Amino acid sequence: MQQQLRQQVEQACQAIEQAADLPALDQVRVLYLGKKGLLTEQMKQLGQLPPEERPKVGALINVAKGEVQQALEARKESLQAAALNLKLAAEAVDVTLPGRGQTAGGLHPVTRVLSRIEALFRQLGFTIAEGPEVEDDFHNFEALNIPETHPARAMHDTFYFDAGRLLRTHTSPVQIREMEKQQPPLRIIAPGRVYRCDYDQTHSPMFHQVEGLLVDEQVTFADLKGILDDFLRNFFEGDFKVRFRPSYFPFTEPSAEVDVQCVMCGGSGCRSCKHSGWLEIGGCGMVHPNVFKHVGIDSERYTGFAFGMGVERLAMLRYGVSDLRLFFENDLRFLQQFR
Amino acid sequence: MKFSEQWLREWVNPAVDNETLSAQLTMAGLEVDAVEPVAEAFSGVVVGEVQQLEPHPDADKLRVCRVDVGQQEALTIVCGAANVRVGMRAPTAIIGAVLPGNFKIKKSKLRGVESFGMLCSAKELGLAESSSGLMELPSDAPVGTDLRDYMLLDDLTFELGLTPNRGDCLSIAGVAREVGVINRCAVQGPGMAALVPNCDDVFAVTVAAPADCPRYVGRVIRGIDPQATTPMWMVERLRRSGIRSLNPAVDITNYVMLELGQPMHAFDLRRLHGGIDVRRARPGESLQLLNGNSVELDGETLVIADANGPLAMAGVMGGEASAVSDDTVDIFLESAFFAPEAITGRARRYGLHTDSSHRFERGVSPTLQGEAIERATALFLQIAGGTAGPLTEALAHDYLPQRNAVTLRAARLQRVLGMQLPRDEVTDILNRLGLNAAQEADGWRVTAPPYRFDIAIEEDLIEEVARIYGYDRLPSVSPTGALRMGAAPEGRLEADRLRGLLVARGYQEAITYSFVAPELQQLLDPEAAPLALANPISAEMAVMRTTLWSGLVQALLNNVNRQQERVHLFETGLRFVPEAAGLRQERTVAGLVYGAVAPEQWGEALRKADFFDAKGDVEELLALAGAADNTRIVAAGHPALHPGQSARVEQGGEIVGWLGALHPSVAEKLGLPTGVYLFELSLSVLEQGCIPRFRELSKFPVIRRDIAVVVDQSLPVERIMEIARGAAPEELRELKLFDLYMGKGIDSGRKSVALGLTLQANSRTLTDHEVDAAMAKIVAVLGDEFGATLRD
Repeated sequence: MQQQLRQQVEQACQAIEQAADLPALDQVRVLYLGKKGLLTEQMKQLGQLPPEERPKVGALINVAKGEVQQALEARKESLQAAALNLKLAAEAVDVTLPGRGQTAGGLHPVTRVLSRIEALFRQLGFTIAEGPEVEDDFHNFEALNIPETHPARAMHDTFYFDAGRLLRTHTSPVQIREMEKQQPPLRIIAPGRVYRCDYDQTHSPMFHQVEGLLVDEQVTFADLKGILDDFLRNFFEGDFKVRFRPSYFPFTEPSAEVDVQCVMCGGSGCRSCKHSGWLEIGGCGMVHPNVFKHVGIDSERYTGFAFGMGVERLAMLRYGVSDLRLFFENDLRFLQQFR
Repeated sequence: MKFSEQWLREWVNPAVDNETLSAQLTMAGLEVDAVEPVAEAFSGVVVGEVQQLEPHPDADKLRVCRVDVGQQEALTIVCGAANVRVGMRAPTAIIGAVLPGNFKIKKSKLRGVESFGMLCSAKELGLAESSSGLMELPSDAPVGTDLRDYMLLDDLTFELGLTPNRGDCLSIAGVAREVGVINRCAVQGPGMAALVPNCDDVFAVTVAAPADCPRYVGRVIRGIDPQATTPMWMVERLRRSGIRSLNPAVDITNYVMLELGQPMHAFDLRRLHGGIDVRRARPGESLQLLNGNSVELDGETLVIADANGPLAMAGVMGGEASAVSDDTVDIFLESAFFAPEAITGRARRYGLHTDSSHRFERGVSPTLQGEAIERATALFLQIAGGTAGPLTEALAHDYLPQRNAVTLRAARLQRVLGMQLPRDEVTDILNRLGLNAAQEADGWRVTAPPYRFDIAIEEDLIEEVARIYGYDRLPSVSPTGALRMGAAPEGRLEADRLRGLLVARGYQEAITYSFVAPELQQLLDPEAAPLALANPISAEMAVMRTTLWSGLVQALLNNVNRQQERVHLFETGLRFVPEAAGLRQERTVAGLVYGAVAPEQWGEALRKADFFDAKGDVEELLALAGAADNTRIVAAGHPALHPGQSARVEQGGEIVGWLGALHPSVAEKLGLPTGVYLFELSLSVLEQGCIPRFRELSKFPVIRRDIAVVVDQSLPVERIMEIARGAAPEELRELKLFDLYMGKGIDSGRKSVALGLTLQANSRTLTDHEVDAAMAKIVAVLGDEFGATLRD
């Protein structure tokens, strides 16, 4: 009996091993463990044995069934794994093929630079202000202490429409409009388009400026130096030297030009800095008392500083753009470099 | 202001090299734009004298010269210059010389005759842009001397970019004064003792406009030598200041202007009638200027006139008729103070800008006139001889600019600069600047010298102190302030997010000019009358855009011309819309789509963008701004758009935007292909969005049912959807158009519209029965409304 069981189990295991796929394996299962399966039949015949032998033989049959069952499971798993592997192999792709879908466009480099400037000044509580581009004489000149007869008007090659209207030559009129609207403290950044009647390799009739204004009770020239030092080092991401030179703007006094140590050559002299080691970045100064007078701010109580920078120039320095005119040609080959 | 370093150092000679001097000037606010050698590098050029001339045996235009260069034997040099003559002294490059451009002089043969050097023109030495013939040296130029030593060519030209407030530095004297202040050293000009007149001739001067011309000094000089020439030292100094030598009279007045800062004018006395009158021009008067132009004068223009009318535009330019010429022997010299307000803007009005107007506009010292005329007279007599009459001066003392005392408070100085400066140092700085500072209990009382026109208020003094103390020595600190938040309206779409969306959807941001060609503007927005510039830079940039499309189509054209096949551009900026109430400067976003929707890629067919791609982008923008529900996109015609593919965006009954296909005939006129889609939205529409409102999420299953109805082709799908939505039960969660079909199986003139409905209740599971009933109702309503039938 035991011998016979052993033989059946061995035969079953052999059949299981030889089953090539799941249906074949199932046939083996039915043959041994099905309702009329060989081992099932053995169990049925248990009743014909003397009662005292039944438990022992029953246990033997159960062991045999268990062995077959186990072999079946193992074979099933291995067949399933093989099938899955086959399927997976068939589904393999060439992962080096390019991805699909819409590609993102990109921001104009001027916008990129402006966003960066805005983000830096926002950290200090500056808010963004905008103003009209078709301006009046008062906001563009008069209120900024540039009366009709002032030689500084010649420095602004102005586009006019008629007697009173012009294209703003700088973003400084936004200062005036903001100070007309609210009393200090004021912390404002005014980015935008400005226009000058000048067109050659280094001048565009339209370009961008960003204006900054801070007015409060205790604002000093030292603060102005501090904020621009801070800004330029963070903007250019380097410990560059910053230099302030006396200059002249009708709407600030004292006034200064701001230079940063050449970010291209580090100050040793190159084409970008015309071999001076310095790059002119913009103008700045303490708000002129006449400007405060025009907008009704008490210049004894408040002091303030203002600064202005050319955005294209910053973009050229930051990204190494060689020609100003590229900014407005909108050549995709140019624009796509600033995604 | 451009000048020779040697000249400056004659006036003030601090023990600093040229680089330090340059840095000092820049850091004092007199920005040095350039420092350049006054002559290019050359060597081996000496003063030579032509002793003999013989014709060249084989060349008509060449001559064989014997040139004395101070060596034992004269050199034989073949020369082709027309002006070569015996006795002439000229720069001579000897064998071994190197001329500008690394041109080496060697022994050579010219048409068979050996030549041992070269006689040079000014151009060949890099001393002039052009020249005709040899450079003639004075007859006393020492033969054999190196030309660089003789002409003092080892010198530098400094070019200053002066700000308009520093008119006082538009002279050697002014720059020297500033250098003296910086270096604490003495400034010494040439001696200028008043001349004792040696004739009695005067020419009468009256000033009818004393406010415009408070001081006018004149002098007659008779009997100058018309043959006199300007000495080389003066020609060279003028050249190093960028001024070309013309004749002694003009050169001397220019020289004195450069030296002292006083513009002057010399009239030919012969051409003057009656007396000088300084007055405003009268109606109808005109003047032939020295530059050859004739101008009609207006009543704002100050003129120097005589009995016959205007002679010169005061402080700007002399007149042709009264100018000094080659045969002038008697002159009338003018040295005047014109008030800046009387000159400012006048030159520009006539399209002029002269060295003289430049200085008078910025302010010439009102005390300089006498000194300048004495200096010029001395130079005249020295260079051209003659006898000088006494000075005639018309002075209106009351109109001379007054220098009021200005107070500088020590506390204010500290408050503005953010540091306390030692009092003694401040006093010292002010006094070095000639500001005559008197110390007071809490500050200083300061009176500016006559040459400073830029010291009117306390801040001006603060700048002067800071400037001389050194901006780089002032502290740099971080500003402090109260921390307060500002408003952050959530219903307003921030520009960054707007741009971000378009960028993510494949658009490249463009920035185009705000002014465009009128023809382009007219083509895209024919009904608007754009604001036109009075002084456009070109016809292409003459009117303000009323639509951002003008720049975008131009950008498209540029890119198409560079073989770009897929262009997605957007721009934000102002458009300028003239309206009855005035100009509306509207913040706008606009986009342009051309070519394939997505870039070419494997495994996907290339699909050309159409109206609905542009519309999808507009809808996404509106949705991002929370404005999807309060705006509508409706069919409407636009002159620049395809009549069948054009729509406008409305919000609260107002038109806030447009979208559509560029009209094929407009495209053709622009040289653009078809298939260009445009949109434009006022940013105001994106600033009135709704704040999101949460709705409960249902736990119950959704049921989706699709129907396809056949309707007339002309029926807008939006209407079908509206009616379907209205007929649907409240459990409708989403209504979607998922297919549109025309063609085989559908009657012509009809279309099949396939709608997908998603239903879901909040508190129960919907039964098939009730959903069936709902669908039947919708179909019935669509049947009633539009004659819609279910597609089989």
